[in-house]
Amino acid sequence: MDLVQLVKEGNRVAIARLITRAENEDPEAIVALRQLYSETGKAFLIGITGPPGSGKSTLTDKVVKELRKRGKTVGVIAVDPSSPFTGGAILGDRIRMSDLALDDGVFIRSMSTRGSLGGLSKATYNTIQILDAAGFEYILIETVGVGQSEVDIIKTADTTVVVSVPGLGDDIQAIKAGIMEIGDVFVVNKADREGAERVVIELAQMLELNANMGDWFPPILKTVAVRNEGIVDVVDKIIEHQAYLTSSGELCIRRKERISNELINNILNKVSAKITDKLSEENFWDSQLDEIIENKRNPYDVIDRIINGILQ
Amino acid sequence: MTERKIRVLVAKPGLDGHDRGAKVIARAFRDAGFEVIYTGLRQTPEQIVAVSIQEDVDVVAISLLSGAHGTLMPKVVNLLREKGADDKLIIGGGVIPDDDIPALKEAGIAEIFTPGTPTSVPIEFIKANVRQ
Ligand SMILES: Nc1nc2c(ncn2[C@@H]2O[C@H](COP(=O)(O)OP(=O)(O)OP(=O)(O)O)[C@@H](O)[C@H]2O)c(=O)[nH]1
Ligand SMILES: [Mg+2]
Repeated sequence: MDLVQLVKEGNRVAIARLITRAENEDPEAIVALRQLYSETGKAFLIGITGPPGSGKSTLTDKVVKELRKRGKTVGVIAVDPSSPFTGGAILGDRIRMSDLALDDGVFIRSMSTRGSLGGLSKATYNTIQILDAAGFEYILIETVGVGQSEVDIIKTADTTVVVSVPGLGDDIQAIKAGIMEIGDVFVVNKADREGAERVVIELAQMLELNANMGDWFPPILKTVAVRNEGIVDVVDKIIEHQAYLTSSGELCIRRKERISNELINNILNKVSAKITDKLSEENFWDSQLDEIIENKRNPYDVIDRIINGILQ
Repeated sequence: MTERKIRVLVAKPGLDGHDRGAKVIARAFRDAGFEVIYTGLRQTPEQIVAVSIQEDVDVVAISLLSGAHGTLMPKVVNLLREKGADDKLIIGGGVIPDDDIPALKEAGIAEIFTPGTPTSVPIEFIKANVRQ
């Protein structure tokens, strides 16, 4: 049987294999994704972001278990950074999710950023498509969270959960600037530690200052993820936000934006690859430069000619 | 198509205490450019197999200190076969008596690395034998 059919049926070996092909940018993956596209758009996407070590994986584990209790199936994509020197990576998020490995209603995939900077990998979008087509009702995406790099998640998820913790000191100031706009639900994890209440107050003050808030006022919730405390509330708020997005029409707007971003990125990548090909044609570039220097051609015509040649 | 990354699960089954050895090998694999999925201590063969499938790893590296290698490693091989995911390279490491090695290889473990082996040896072995 072919891979596409197996993925639709939820075959785990097939799902995993197709994700690998998508990660490796195998042309066969695109063929399969084309065929799967009509099956997508059903899953609800939850992004979980926050500073390193704040408890994102532990929280993900507990949120998945709560969604399972409510009868939902869940896919998880856990992204960790790749080493800039070797391209290798240690993907350790699963350590906190051991119990989920044997649950047939859950599929977890660890991914390295493979050099991408925005907190997700290039293949994240396609992996979401695959898990969506395989029928998972919720997809949780744990991203690498370092300051500015959370920006990708808002473009990708329907609901974004931003995790913070007490005791970050000045870091939180730097992080806050970037995250206030992206959070739909704020979680102050490690609330068993001193200073949690202060983080809640600070976040609340920052939120009040945030003028361009719509009808949804992001809640701030305290959790102790390791002890499964506060998790029911987190899931309740996520589901509430899901209902809000649907009834307000905001879900459509966000998804349209996501598709727009994804298309633009892909188009730019393809065009820039074509340009690189063209410019590396033997002697082409050098001869253009010579003609410009010798005043045989002006640079404006050369630019137009190259662009037109590529776009036709 | 971009360069294909080798994905390795470093698994530490059994009940024995620490995972220093597994962490050392995980870091060495990362430094060799592999993507290493690390799942922590005390994984059952069923968990190891489920993770290997979801992560679609090319290599399952099982690190063992306790004496249970004789049953544990072959169990992983058999379960992977049952689930239709037997195209993975399975290697083992740990304190394993020479006398036990032939039986493990017979059971489908590609290679066994005993303590003191430089990390470059399993790395080269993986590069040479991983599925294409
Ligand atoms: N005290 C306390 N520790 C916690 C809590 N939640 C998680 N931890 C611990 O914090 C550490 C990091 O947890 P992870 O879930 O791995 O954090 P993470 O944000 O996923 O980490 P990275 O993926 O490496 O960025 C672990 O040792 C957890 O046990 C909590 O509510 N209270
Ligand atoms: Mg994590």
